[in-house]
Amino acid sequence: MKITLSWLKQHLDTGAAVTDIADALTRLGLEVESIDDRAKGLAPFVVGYVVKAEQHPNADRLRVCLVDTGKGEVQVVCGAPNARTGMKGVFAAAGTVIPRTGAELKAGVIRGQASNGMLCSAYEMGLSDDHEGIIDLPADAPVGQPFAKVMGLDDPVVEVAITPNRADCLGIRGIARDLAAAGIGSLKPLDVTPAKGGFKSPVQWKIAPGAESGCPMVVGRLIRGIKNGPSPRWLQDRLTAIGLRPISALVDVTNFTTFDISRPLHVFDADKLAGDLTMRWAKDGETLEALNDKTYTLEPSMIVIADEKQAHGIGGVMGGEHSSVSEATTSVFIESALFSQGMVAATGRKLNLLSDARYRFERGLDPTSAVWGLEVATRLILEMCGGEASELTVAGAEPAWRRTVSYRFARSRTLGGIEITTPEQEGILRRLGFETKGGGDSIEVSPPGWRGDIEGEADIVEEVVRVHGLDKVEPVSMPGLGARAQPAVTPAQRRPILAKRALATRGLMEAVTFSFMASGLTPLFGGAGDDLKLVNPIAADLDAMRPSILPNLLLAAKRNLDRGLVDPALFEVGPQYKDATPSGQSLVAAAIRVGRALPRHWQGPARDADAFDAKADALAVLEAVDAPVENLQVSADAPSWYHPGQSAALRLGPNVMAWFGAVHPKVLTALDLKGPAVAMEVFIDRVPLPRSKGTGRPKLELSPFQPIERDFAFVVDAGIAADALVKAAKSADKALVADARIFDRYVGDKVASGKASLALSVTLQPKDATMTDEAIEQVSAKIVAAVQKATGATLRT
Amino acid sequence: MADQMDATRAELMGLVDAAADLAALDAVRVAALGKKGRVTQLMQSLKDIAPEARREAGQALNRLKDEIEAAIVRRKETLGEAALDSRLKAETLDLTLPARPGGLGRLHPISQTMVELVQIFGAMGFSVAEGPDIDDDFHNFTALNFGPDHPARQMHDTFYLPPRPDGMPMVLRTHTSTVQIRTMMKVKPPIRIIVPGRTFRSDSDATHSPMFHQVEGLVIDEATHMGHLKGCLIDFCRAFFQLDDLPVRFRPSYFPFTEPSVEVDIGCSRKGGELKLGAGGDWLEILGCGMVHPNVLKNCGVDPTRYQGFAFGMGIDRIAMLKYNIGDLRPFFDADLRWLRHYGFVPVDAPSLAGGLSR
Repeated sequence: MKITLSWLKQHLDTGAAVTDIADALTRLGLEVESIDDRAKGLAPFVVGYVVKAEQHPNADRLRVCLVDTGKGEVQVVCGAPNARTGMKGVFAAAGTVIPRTGAELKAGVIRGQASNGMLCSAYEMGLSDDHEGIIDLPADAPVGQPFAKVMGLDDPVVEVAITPNRADCLGIRGIARDLAAAGIGSLKPLDVTPAKGGFKSPVQWKIAPGAESGCPMVVGRLIRGIKNGPSPRWLQDRLTAIGLRPISALVDVTNFTTFDISRPLHVFDADKLAGDLTMRWAKDGETLEALNDKTYTLEPSMIVIADEKQAHGIGGVMGGEHSSVSEATTSVFIESALFSQGMVAATGRKLNLLSDARYRFERGLDPTSAVWGLEVATRLILEMCGGEASELTVAGAEPAWRRTVSYRFARSRTLGGIEITTPEQEGILRRLGFETKGGGDSIEVSPPGWRGDIEGEADIVEEVVRVHGLDKVEPVSMPGLGARAQPAVTPAQRRPILAKRALATRGLMEAVTFSFMASGLTPLFGGAGDDLKLVNPIAADLDAMRPSILPNLLLAAKRNLDRGLVDPALFEVGPQYKDATPSGQSLVAAAIRVGRALPRHWQGPARDADAFDAKADALAVLEAVDAPVENLQVSADAPSWYHPGQSAALRLGPNVMAWFGAVHPKVLTALDLKGPAVAMEVFIDRVPLPRSKGTGRPKLELSPFQPIERDFAFVVDAGIAADALVKAAKSADKALVADARIFDRYVGDKVASGKASLALSVTLQPKDATMTDEAIEQVSAKIVAAVQKATGATLRT
Repeated sequence: MADQMDATRAELMGLVDAAADLAALDAVRVAALGKKGRVTQLMQSLKDIAPEARREAGQALNRLKDEIEAAIVRRKETLGEAALDSRLKAETLDLTLPARPGGLGRLHPISQTMVELVQIFGAMGFSVAEGPDIDDDFHNFTALNFGPDHPARQMHDTFYLPPRPDGMPMVLRTHTSTVQIRTMMKVKPPIRIIVPGRTFRSDSDATHSPMFHQVEGLVIDEATHMGHLKGCLIDFCRAFFQLDDLPVRFRPSYFPFTEPSVEVDIGCSRKGGELKLGAGGDWLEILGCGMVHPNVLKNCGVDPTRYQGFAFGMGIDRIAMLKYNIGDLRPFFDADLRWLRHYGFVPVDAPSLAGGLSR
């Protein structure tokens, strides 16, 4: 919402500077976005009189002009075709900075003729994109006076952001009222004297039965014998200043009331109407050519303004082209209506049609303004266009809007946090147009018609505090809750950051990627149901909620590779979505490594990332989030986006904690990603939380006897899982075997085809005595027997 | 005999000193003290001496033997040190060669900022609450006092999913305010929560992304007023931006779910086109807040005549951009390795109020 200082002063009696007014507006909640003081850069430009303009002796297209600047005569060489003797133009002396270019104007000699200044075009002044010659000022412009003042450009334009609750401030008068309430000047009275109706309007209003819910009331009046032409200069200047194009007096008046008193109106050329006007619901498929030259197809949920033949306007949104006013209009019919906010909002949204009228109607107007707004417009039209006004024609009735809110003065302190005296609180409310009744600790407050946003006591607190000054509320630090046993995060909420630290410590970089992805890729990662497809995606490749984090990470890796950044290793800890219910969202730590896990190095060869890197990443997360890592089982049933022979699940009993492995080559092809690529997904939500045992740890039992390590080499069928040997060895003597692990695997010439040699290291931990050789032999034999029995392995000799 | 011993001593001492390495020294030892060594032979020749002179000669010979042995030990030490020196010299490495591959990855600035938020608000008694990214129209709008045709609904650029089977419109939450509702419907006051999380709006440019992060705050009890709202947020802004004298300005504004509603600006300077936080005569909007609207309390089954409090919401990405001087929002979600390394944080540096939020 743009306002100009002079326009504001039409409603507000104040001598305050524009900067003070702007500060006050922001303090009131009417946030100033910009102040455009156009006169500032234009100060050096004055009205000049061209005493003499002659052809340049050495250049066909140039003229040598002698300009009276009010301080003397100056010679200027000018290239504009309209430079001529006797005209008045805008003169800039040498040394002036030209607004459009920012360059300083220099005195010089042009083709042998001295030029000590410039006659300016609107383009050079930054006022228009019009290059057509220099500005031609009216003959009565006073020579030597600042150009900006002469042209009414010394009126600063302030742009104010109006929040959706303040429809009243979509009129400059509403802004003036707020300022007056805050002590910046006083509000001037508004002339709403009813015009004398000399005759009955030949066009009468009707509201079709059932249409009252869309248009509860409409008022109108015909003015005959008018002459429509350009509106007066003051009105054109104001409209131009706030970015509107003056059209004709009748149209300009409706634009003026819209921005002056937040009262949208419509004017019809009465001679183009057939009979009376009716507010009715549109017929399904009814079409209307609107004032913006577009034709709209309407629906029965929309109100139209129709005569006996056709619709002439879309209620609350835009008028029609057919009955629009023109220079030839001699009889005008003015519409001043109340439309339901919901109807206008829905209509505008469905038609995708924005207008100044819609913007105001959908935010709610003063119900009383249907009548007085029409009177303001009538007065202006009679002043500008002459003519004779009819009596009012009214259909429907003003909807009930008066209400009272009980207000306790103490609420400014107990809710607003500031003590304000009772007289001041009441004074603020009255200056804002509220009526107050009663006294003592509380009052009954009746908000004015233009404050449809005021519902309850909290709204009154806001009015009182914002006008008194929110900056005067004393800050109070949050009262402490004492030392708390409970941390800010639960054990489950700690896990994401633990997982992130574990993965970043392993050298991976944390990515945050979108929760959405291309629906076309989701089938590769388990698929996304229709309930996860966006109705209005921002881009075609961001149209489904991701069923897995991996596609987004793999595509991120591809972007990096495309930029020449090698071996991307990325992780993300975030949501994936199974369905649209709250429980369909789960927290996953996902990681990928593409290309090499080890780069080339002077001590050894590079190594491609493989499934064991992914396994280590998964185990690092699981360990960080306190999963019982030693109890995990490996099962070869990872889903379809993994390489079937190089992937696995990590389970706790039947529950999958993680998947890891090489990415399926088909997935890499679909994503156009060059491998190798490995991935892992840990389902953090599924990892059981440790049962609360307090902060104590189990007692540590240390054996005084040295552990003993024994190595065994077994030959097994190559299909036997290494894990089976470890389990068998561990269960061979649970009291003595503290640990067992595979430290070598060999397939090749030295073992039979189809066989593998596995080297197993077993740690024995005696608890009662140092082990004798004989005891060691005995337990070793038990281990060999157990492994042989479980796996068919033979001891390698 | 004595002459012979002197000559032998002189000769053997000379040999010990002349031994160039441990092998040569050992040869000298054998030649002197071995079974057929010179001193050993002299010992054996004692039996040919007259018994009365034998005792004295024996003692002298033992002294000679001790002297030679001591000389050998000394020489051995000298030679050992020299051998070690030359071995160490041979083992010298070029330590300008690169270390084994490895090193730390980086945490995303959003993770860092979220931990900082929890640190600061945690110290003020807030705990973390969470809710789903996909939510229904009720939690995202209706319960928050947005009417069906409320103009503010259109300002949210909402992403829609197909409606639920019961007809309820489904949305990607446009703010984490949804969790206000979920919390108040579940937990009795007093309430002090913050809600960091993903949020979604259909918008994309240098400062807008279709997905971004927001932290919501909610305080509900019987006494919290706007003074607390101001105190809490001034304390937060100064702690987070690590500027004790950061100016903080509160402006009346409008949100459907708060009344009164407030927007908060922090002081900055834009001199020379560069944004610098602190006292500089200019202002930068960073968050919206207000006293929770009585209708919202009612919608959650909380008695608005007894309970009141405040709520606030701010963009996590936005405050991270301001604090860490990151110019563009879009790269946050692009996972460019260069960007992550440059703007990321080492994972072992856990922000805390006592230990410092960030370097």
